Amino acid sequence: MNVHAGTPHADLIDGRKVADARHDDRDMGTPPKTGKPVTLTIDGFEVTVPEGTSVMRASMEAGIQIPRLCATDMVDAFGSCRLCMVEIEGRRGTPASCTTPVAPGMVVHTQTGKVQKLRKGVMELYISDHPLDCLTCSANGDCELQTQAGAVGLRDVRYTAPQAPVLANHFSARDTSGEANPLYKAKDSSNPYFTYDPAKCIVCSRCVRACEEVQGTFALTIEGRGFDSRVSPGAAFDDFLSSDCVSCGACVQACPTATLQEKSVIEKGTPTRSVVTTCAYCGVGCSFKAELNGDELVRMVPYKDGKANRGHSCVKGRFAYGYASHKDRILSPMIRDRIDEPWREVSWKEALTFAANRMRGIQEAYGPKSIGVITSSRCTNEETFLVQKLARAVFGNNNTDTCARVCHSPTGYGLGQTFGTSAGTQDFDSVEKTDVVIVIGANPTDGHPVFGSRLKKRLRQGAKLIVIDPRRIDLVRSAHVEASHHLALRPGTNVAVVTALAHVIVTERLYDEAFIRDRCNWDEFQDYAEFVAEERHSPETTQFLTGVPAEELRAAARLFATGGNGAIYYGLGVTEHSQGSTTVMAIANLAMLTGNIGREGVGVNPLRGQNNVQGSCDMGSFPHELPGYRHVKLPEVRAIFEKAWGVTIDPEPGLRIPNMLDAAVDGTFRGLYCQGEDILQSDPDTKHVAAGLAAMDCVIVHDLFLNETANYAHVFLPGSSFLEKDGTFTNAERRINRVRKVMAPKNGYADWEITQMLANAMGAEWSYEHPSEIMAEIAATTPSFANVTYELLEQKGSVQWPCNDANPDGTPLMHVEGFVRGKGRFILTEYVATDEKTGPRFPLLLTTGRILSQYNVGAQTRRTDNVIWHDADRLEVHPHDAEQRGIKEGDWVKLASRSGETTLKAKITDRVSPGVVYTTFHHPDTQANVITTDYSDWATNCPEYKVTAVQVSPSNGPTDWQEDYAAQATRSRRILPAAE
Amino acid sequence: MSPEKMVYMANQIATFFKSQRGSDQAERIAAHLKDFWEPRMREQLIAHVETGGAGLDATVIEAARRL
Repeated sequence: MNVHAGTPHADLIDGRKVADARHDDRDMGTPPKTGKPVTLTIDGFEVTVPEGTSVMRASMEAGIQIPRLCATDMVDAFGSCRLCMVEIEGRRGTPASCTTPVAPGMVVHTQTGKVQKLRKGVMELYISDHPLDCLTCSANGDCELQTQAGAVGLRDVRYTAPQAPVLANHFSARDTSGEANPLYKAKDSSNPYFTYDPAKCIVCSRCVRACEEVQGTFALTIEGRGFDSRVSPGAAFDDFLSSDCVSCGACVQACPTATLQEKSVIEKGTPTRSVVTTCAYCGVGCSFKAELNGDELVRMVPYKDGKANRGHSCVKGRFAYGYASHKDRILSPMIRDRIDEPWREVSWKEALTFAANRMRGIQEAYGPKSIGVITSSRCTNEETFLVQKLARAVFGNNNTDTCARVCHSPTGYGLGQTFGTSAGTQDFDSVEKTDVVIVIGANPTDGHPVFGSRLKKRLRQGAKLIVIDPRRIDLVRSAHVEASHHLALRPGTNVAVVTALAHVIVTERLYDEAFIRDRCNWDEFQDYAEFVAEERHSPETTQFLTGVPAEELRAAARLFATGGNGAIYYGLGVTEHSQGSTTVMAIANLAMLTGNIGREGVGVNPLRGQNNVQGSCDMGSFPHELPGYRHVKLPEVRAIFEKAWGVTIDPEPGLRIPNMLDAAVDGTFRGLYCQGEDILQSDPDTKHVAAGLAAMDCVIVHDLFLNETANYAHVFLPGSSFLEKDGTFTNAERRINRVRKVMAPKNGYADWEITQMLANAMGAEWSYEHPSEIMAEIAATTPSFANVTYELLEQKGSVQWPCNDANPDGTPLMHVEGFVRGKGRFILTEYVATDEKTGPRFPLLLTTGRILSQYNVGAQTRRTDNVIWHDADRLEVHPHDAEQRGIKEGDWVKLASRSGETTLKAKITDRVSPGVVYTTFHHPDTQANVITTDYSDWATNCPEYKVTAVQVSPSNGPTDWQEDYAAQATRSRRILPAAE
Repeated sequence: MSPEKMVYMANQIATFFKSQRGSDQAERIAAHLKDFWEPRMREQLIAHVETGGAGLDATVIEAARRL
C-alpha cells in the first residue's frame, strides 16, 4: 500500500521550519521510462513524456488520475483489473491505460460516459465479493479499493453471492444457515509483522508481482483459476511464516486493500504524519518514511525517492525497529567505582563529572596517551566527527578508532594504495548497467538485502554472475538466478584465486591495454603482468591450495574479461583475513586490468556492513587519519584543524582497537569512551578483549543497552536511537543521507549532545546547538565535503561525496577522468598462506558471517520479533563431517579452537564444503568470537575472522566458560534503585 | 603487547613489502611502521631490536633502525 500521509515531513534547521515540498511521492501507476519525448493530448491537455510511458502515467503527469486497482508504479503494468480503461480517438474499444503506451499525437479521453459506466460495472463486481466493513477495517481511509469505489461513483451493488448449492463469496466464514463456507480462508497471522486476510483480497496480483519483480524471491503465487484464484504463499498448506517469504514488506507495500497489512497499523491505527529518514541497519542506507501518530511510530515505509533503495526495503529496516522502545533500553546515566559493583543511577551531571574526573585522573597519572575513544559506525557523521574530535582536541592524542577496524579497514588501505581513495567507485544504480558481476566474500541477499534484490533483478535480465565464496550462498542458485561460476575456494585463499584470475587474463591477453596505457602506470603494469604470468599463479597450480578447479577458474576469468561491463562487489569475506588488504589490492588490479573503472556498470564496490561505516571512516575515526583520509603526519592538514579547534594536534598515529587492548593489558592504556559499539561481542578473541577491558580504570559505554562491553564499564551513558536525532549517514556508495529526528530522545539527549557534554566536563567549550553546525565544521575542514550543507541535502535529497566546487552536485561515479591518485597503481599480490592452519587437533576451518534477519551482534535485532527466524547461532556442518563425528541435525556441539571453546546447535547442510564449518555471531550466549584468534591483516590489524582452525565434537550443553560468562554478565547488570 | 605478537605483526609487514619490486623494502617497511604503529609500539620494536631482535626478519631489523 502506498500511503501519502496527510502531513508532509517537516524539519527544523537552525530553528527554521522547512517543509518537504521537494519530492513527488505519488504513485504514478506504472514505472517511469526513458526515451525520446512523445507528445499526446489527454482530456484536452497536451502532455509530453518519454517514449514507452503508459497512457496511465502520462495522464498522472498531466494531473489527471485514472481509476486503477492492479496498477502501481513499483511493478510493471499487468492489465488485469480493467478499471483504468480509456477511450483513444481512432482506436477501437476501451484499452487499459496501464498497458497502452503513448504515441505521438494520440488523443485520449479518460472520463467518457462509456468508460465511466464500464468502470462502475467493474467496481461493482469487485465490491460484490468484498466485505463491507470499511468503518472497522484497519485500512479505513488508506484503502485504494475504497478510494476507487468513490472515484468511479459506485453507489449500489446489485449482485449478492448465491447461497446455494454453496455460498459463493470469499469473505463470509459461514452461510446464513451456519454452514462453513468452503471458499473462505481464515486470516494468516503467522508472520510477526503483517497479516494476510484472504477475505479482503481482490486478487490484483500486485503482491505476487512485487515479490517477483522488486524483491526477487518468488515466494507468492496465484493458486487456482477464475473465481477460485487466491494469493498463496509457497506450496499448499504453507503459511507466510513457513513459506520462502523473507518479510521484505514489498507485498504489503503493494497491496491496495487491508489484505496484507502491518500488525502495527491494525493495532495502532492509520498514521497521520510522516518524517523521511535513513535506516540505521546495513550500509545500503535505505530511505524510509517513518509514519507516526503523535510521537508513536506506527510503521516504517520505504521511501520511493530514496536513491539507494528506490522504494524497496528488507525485514530489518521495514519492521525491526521495536528495539528503540524495548524494555531493556537504559534511559538514565549510571556509574560504579568498580565493575564488580552494581550500577547506580545518577544525574547526567554526576555521571559526566565522574567520567571526566576519572579520565583526567588517568591522564595525570599515566600521560595524555593513556586514554582513547571508539567511534560508532551506527551513529551519525556528526556524532562520529565529535568523538574523534574529543580524542584529538580534548584528550590531546590520536587514540581514536572505529569498528571499521574489524571490517573494512583493509578497504581503506587497499583502495587508497591503488586508486587513491578509500571508497566504492559506483552508485547502486550502476548495477543496472552491469553485464558480469563478481561477488566475492559477500552475501548480499542476507547482508545487504535491498542491493541483493537489485542485483537479482539485473541477473534476471541476463547479466552473468561469478560467486567466489567458500559457502554456497543464495545467489549461487535461487529462484530465477543461477551463477555461471561458483568458485568455492578454501577459506584464506582469496589472494591466490584473484591472482589466478589475473593470470588467465594476462596470459590469454584478455586485458584492456588501451585503458591501462591511458589510465595506469604502464611500467608498474608490466611488472605486475610479469608477476601474475608466472606459472605458480596459474589456475592449474593454485587449484591444489585453493580447491577451485582450474577450468572453472579459467572460464570465470574469460567471462569477466570479455563479458562486457564487469563489476566487483565484495564484503568481509575479503577483508577479514591476514591478507585482507592484499585481496583488496588484487581486486583493484583486476578491475584496472579489464578496464572496468570509471563508467556505469563497472567498478569496485565494497559492501559496508553497518549503516555508517563509510561515514565513520570519512570522519577521521582512524588513529592515523584526520577527516577526509589525510594522515596526521601532514603539517598542512593538522594546521587546518589546529586553526579550527584552537589546539595542537599530535602528529603521531594513535592506537588501533587491538593495540588499545594490548596496551591495556600492558597497563599503559587505562581509559576508553566507547560509543555505540560492543567490542566484547564483536571483536576477536573475546578472552583477550575482556582482559583488556578489565584492566582499565575507566570504561565509558555510551549505548542504548547494557551490552556485553558494559559488563566491564564504570560509566554508562544512555544513547539515543536513530529515530531520536538529526544528522547524516553515509552509505556504501558515498551517499550522504539525512537522518531526521522523528521523536524526542527517550534518554533526554541526542548522542552528539552527550559527547559535547562529556567534552565540556573535561574542559572544552563546545557550543553546537544543532548537527547542521557540526556539518558546517566538517565542510570547512574536509575538501570532499566542502559543499555539503543541510540545505543542499534538503534540496537534493542526498549527495555523494566528493561534493565541492569541482563537483557541486556530488559524484555518483569515481575515477571517471582519472584516478584520484593520478595513475592507477598495479601492486603485486603474493599469496601468503595464513598461519592459522588445520592439523590433527583442529582439522576444520571455521568461517563466520551473518543472516538476513539479524544484524551484527544482534543488540538491536535480538530485541525484535526477528528472533522468530533466528533465535540462536547455529553451526553449519557438512554432512560428511557430521557423519564422521556422529553429529545429527540440532545436536549440541562443542566448537573449539586454540583460543577457546563454545557450544551451539548443529545445522547439517551442504551449503558448506567438507572441512569447512560456518556460524553467525549474533548471540552473546554463543560468543562465537571466543573461538576466533588474534591473527590479523598485515597492514591494518583487521582480524582474521574468516579463518579459524577448529574441532567440532558432540556436547551436552554450554561450556564452563559460557556458564561463567552468563553468571558474570547477570551480576554485572545489577542496578541499584535510584537514590531518593 | 606480547613480544611474540609484535614480532609476528612486524614480520607480516615485511613479508608483504619484500614481495614488491625494488630495493627499498626496509625503507618502505619503516614508512609503514611510522604511518600506522603508535609510538609505544615502535618503541617496543626498537627495544626488541636493541636486545637482539629475536625472531624478527632481517629487513624489519633494518627498518627498525630507520625509525
